Amino acid sequence: MIRTEEMLLNVGPQHPSTHGVFRLVVKIDGEIITEATPVIGYLHRGTEKLAENLQYTQIIPYTDRMDYLSAMTNNYVICHAVETMMGIQVPERAEYLRVMAMELGRIASHLVAWGTYILDLGATSPFIYAFRDREMIINMLNELSGARLTFNYMRVGGVKWDAPEGWVDGVREFVPYLREQLKGYHDLVSGNEIFLDRVKGVGVYSKEEAINYSLSGPNLRSTGVKWDLRKDEPYSIYDRFDFNVITRDEGDCLARYHVRLDEIGESLKILEQACEQFPAEGEIMAKVPKIIKAPKGEAFVRIESPRGEIGCYISSDGKKEPYRLKFRRPSFYNLQILPKLLVGENIANLIAILGAVDIVLGEVDG
Amino acid sequence: MVEELLHSGSGWMNFGIFFLLAVVLLLVVLGFVTYAILAERKVLGYMQARHGPNQLGGKWGLLQTVADVLKLLIKEDIIPKAADRPLFIIAPIIAFTPAFMVLATIPFTEKFQFADIGVGLLYYIAISGMTVFGMVLGGWASNNKYALLGGMRAGAQMISYEIPLVISVLGVILLTGSLNLNDIVAQQGETAWFILLQPVAFIVFFIASIAELNRTPFDLPESENELVAGYFVEYSGFRWAFFMLTEYVYMFAMSSLITVIFLGGWLPPFDFLGFIPGAVWFALKFCFVVFVYMWIRATLPRFRVDRLMEFAWKVLFPIALANIFLTALIKTLFF
Repeated sequence: MIRTEEMLLNVGPQHPSTHGVFRLVVKIDGEIITEATPVIGYLHRGTEKLAENLQYTQIIPYTDRMDYLSAMTNNYVICHAVETMMGIQVPERAEYLRVMAMELGRIASHLVAWGTYILDLGATSPFIYAFRDREMIINMLNELSGARLTFNYMRVGGVKWDAPEGWVDGVREFVPYLREQLKGYHDLVSGNEIFLDRVKGVGVYSKEEAINYSLSGPNLRSTGVKWDLRKDEPYSIYDRFDFNVITRDEGDCLARYHVRLDEIGESLKILEQACEQFPAEGEIMAKVPKIIKAPKGEAFVRIESPRGEIGCYISSDGKKEPYRLKFRRPSFYNLQILPKLLVGENIANLIAILGAVDIVLGEVDG
Repeated sequence: MVEELLHSGSGWMNFGIFFLLAVVLLLVVLGFVTYAILAERKVLGYMQARHGPNQLGGKWGLLQTVADVLKLLIKEDIIPKAADRPLFIIAPIIAFTPAFMVLATIPFTEKFQFADIGVGLLYYIAISGMTVFGMVLGGWASNNKYALLGGMRAGAQMISYEIPLVISVLGVILLTGSLNLNDIVAQQGETAWFILLQPVAFIVFFIASIAELNRTPFDLPESENELVAGYFVEYSGFRWAFFMLTEYVYMFAMSSLITVIFLGGWLPPFDFLGFIPGAVWFALKFCFVVFVYMWIRATLPRFRVDRLMEFAWKVLFPIALANIFLTALIKTLFF
């Protein structure tokens, strides 16, 4: 009998497929993982603590840097929390701009998830196609906010800038274009035998496990749980749009892949309707005091980000800074199931499973 | 030309001529590698909606690879402290030497061939099998876990895929009755190209050749997204370049071999096109094969390591065996 040893392998923090500075200490026997321990915190900046010394408007740019792939939803959650505390009614035009910005952000985020996932599996081309289409969204958001990634677009009570002339038409034209591209994505990847072989039946978890591990977003919906805060606890003006909550029952990596791709289609539906309903004119900011002071008390709001439920808890003692701020960061919670999923898999599946969770390290580390 | 030289007596003059010819071939191959890398980047670029290198050397980026090689040459040569020094140094050389040696038997035209060995095909397969030593050694000597995994994968993969590779080509040998590459081409001149007579063998051979070349979708030994760079993760500078050189020289050799075995070598597709020199036909077919390799790279994701083995042993191997059986049966019954 040959004596074999378990090997301790550090995957990350510098590794092409950990999507940032994520470290995974895995014990492997040959190529089979016997134990996996995620190590996080390489990107920890203490957003929550920093926020305690910042005025509410000053916190918004910090949220951009949490989930940097869909900064608009992060912007929204903090503004939404403060608005809830202060009871501010946001003008209609601002709400539409916010929803359109968020849905564009969601599409951009899912495109990155799609492209990088296929890249993790070894095919290089789809990544570049995804980024080509994402670039168009980035340009649109750039026109809106003046930034490509860290938008800092929303404010308590509305949005900072009105849409430039012709912007809504640009979005309207973009919708059919991306629909066509989506078909191309499916043709290119979804039926590929090698791809299916890599993801089908890999990283399976059940409905109950997903709920017990507090998963959310596509990671939860891939197990068949119909839970989308846009539908179940409508915030902003989401109750005005007709769209479906995408679910799959398999709970494997392929299901997560399909949920994300199909959600792009649903977001396109919302964008289309928002373009139709977009008010021709109106205010983009509600009447808010010069210095925003949330009243004494606390509030928790949660919304649906591309990665899952992002929540914001504010405890205020009536000053212009929050007493305590806490974000529920979906990537962090989604990551918790990883050690359980990885046991018994090989290194190739590690990449497939980690990629399908779709984490953003800025959000995991906070 | 070479034929006459081979049969003339040994002497310094002949040695000198052979040495000169070998240098010429080396330069041709290096030239191919230089521009194959550029072509690969350009082809991938256009397939991926971007331009590829377009700065250095005009809008086609003709000097890009030259600059890259220059960079690799003047780069610091790092040998990890804990590495097995002699093996670490010798591994790229072991990997590269056979890659160049196999070129000797390839008949580029009916006149231009360095060694017309009776068992040319066997020679190719035997020598090219040695490269895997370099890869396993490189992976082991680096004293790096990723490199070790990559080296092991390389070993397992290359050995597994050599078997369908050899067995698929047996069908061609049955039809020709010779292992000599010249005879194989001549036979195709009399009947038809073996891609038509042995389509199954061609498909198996082509798939196995991609695995032998460590290219997508079989690039597991160096899979960037899992093992960072696989067996050469600790290599830098020119030692690393040697591993890359090995890959591209093998691509040259394998494309030449496929051209010779299945695509009729230097023969024109139709007789009335015979006025075009054989070298041109060879180059055209050869370039097409190289292009298909690049095309596949831009298209497919990577296999999983366990599926890779299953695919070799449970799919390719039985198909190749069945192909030999059928070929032999048909040959015995009808010819």
